[in-house]
Amino acid sequence: MIAFAITAAVAMGMYLIFTAGSGNIGYWSLSELIAAVGLGVVTGAVTKEFLCHRHEYRMANPLRFLLIPVYVIGPFFLEMMKANLDVAYRVLTMKIRPGIIRVKSGMKTDLGAFMLANSITLTPGTITVDIDEATNDLFIHNINLPEGDEEKEFFTGEELFALANLPAWIRRIAE
Amino acid sequence: MIVEALILLCLVIGVAFNALGVLGLLRFPDLYTRMHATTKATTFGSIFTSAAVVVYGAWIFLATGDSQFLTLLIHALIAIVALAFTNAVSSHALARAAHKSGILPHPAVVDRLAEVKP
Amino acid sequence: MTVIWEPLPYWYPAVAALVVLIGASTIRLVKGPTPADRAVAVDAVNTLVIASMVLLAVIYRQIIFVDIAIVYAVLSYVSTLYIAKYLGGEM
Repeated sequence: MIAFAITAAVAMGMYLIFTAGSGNIGYWSLSELIAAVGLGVVTGAVTKEFLCHRHEYRMANPLRFLLIPVYVIGPFFLEMMKANLDVAYRVLTMKIRPGIIRVKSGMKTDLGAFMLANSITLTPGTITVDIDEATNDLFIHNINLPEGDEEKEFFTGEELFALANLPAWIRRIAE
Repeated sequence: MIVEALILLCLVIGVAFNALGVLGLLRFPDLYTRMHATTKATTFGSIFTSAAVVVYGAWIFLATGDSQFLTLLIHALIAIVALAFTNAVSSHALARAAHKSGILPHPAVVDRLAEVKP
Repeated sequence: MTVIWEPLPYWYPAVAALVVLIGASTIRLVKGPTPADRAVAVDAVNTLVIASMVLLAVIYRQIIFVDIAIVYAVLSYVSTLYIAKYLGGEM
């Protein structure tokens, strides 16, 4: 029942976002509001087992999912800016020293590992190549490994980010 | 006037980073380094060119109150979110598949993944 | 209610530059030594096509172009995932 309600609410919200600006009840027309309710109920009934297949409702807490835009606009965008200046420098000078390293992520949930992997892909000098699904360890291709770092067996997530502590943010959101 | 300059700035930054990404795609020596260029630089550049459209939509919506421009703004924002999310995931999938199919990083100082899964 | 879409001259050179970049990416698409290189080039072309579609929506004054860009983004994502599965030997 909770799974159905959450899925229906998410689907309805998505539909309302897509059709904003269609009329003058708020920003919606009456027919779009009726269609949103109808489609939300149908989508919730059909796909409730996909969105909530673990039956964990931790992410339904508004404090958690409203933190995601704050995270994306604030620390994540800063790191992304630095990443792109770094890539621009590497493209123009071709000073590269690539290698694949292993990072202990320390994430306990799938969503945490997923968000950390995507954040790593879009931030300085690193893309995620593979995830060890048993331990949530990440294998990361680093474009410019500092001298001597190829001897290290493991890295921690915090060592990859210079400007902001992204793993702590992700832990706050997802765990 | 200021808004027009802001739109122009967004477009210039976006096109410049897209150009750097494509240049990296053409210049870098192996698959993984090329992926660095395409994933990061083209995603960032496309976010900025779409942000120009978002700024334009917000500007005219606030000036005229026409809800058509609210639709333009929101849909451009959704396009940005879809772009950033799908690019990160698909580049990860491609890198994983390439490493599985036996393409090793050619100039590389260390490869921990090949040690774990030979 | 008539709408005035302000004629801004600088959308055109931006789209022209993106089209030139799409052309440049196809060099890697033709040259790429391995299939994975070609897949990466296709991914870059997809991203640039989405960016230019969002700009074309303003030039041609059609909001539906942005919706098409969203659908294109999702479909190209699915196709890239299938190409990746095929390259990784899981299919």
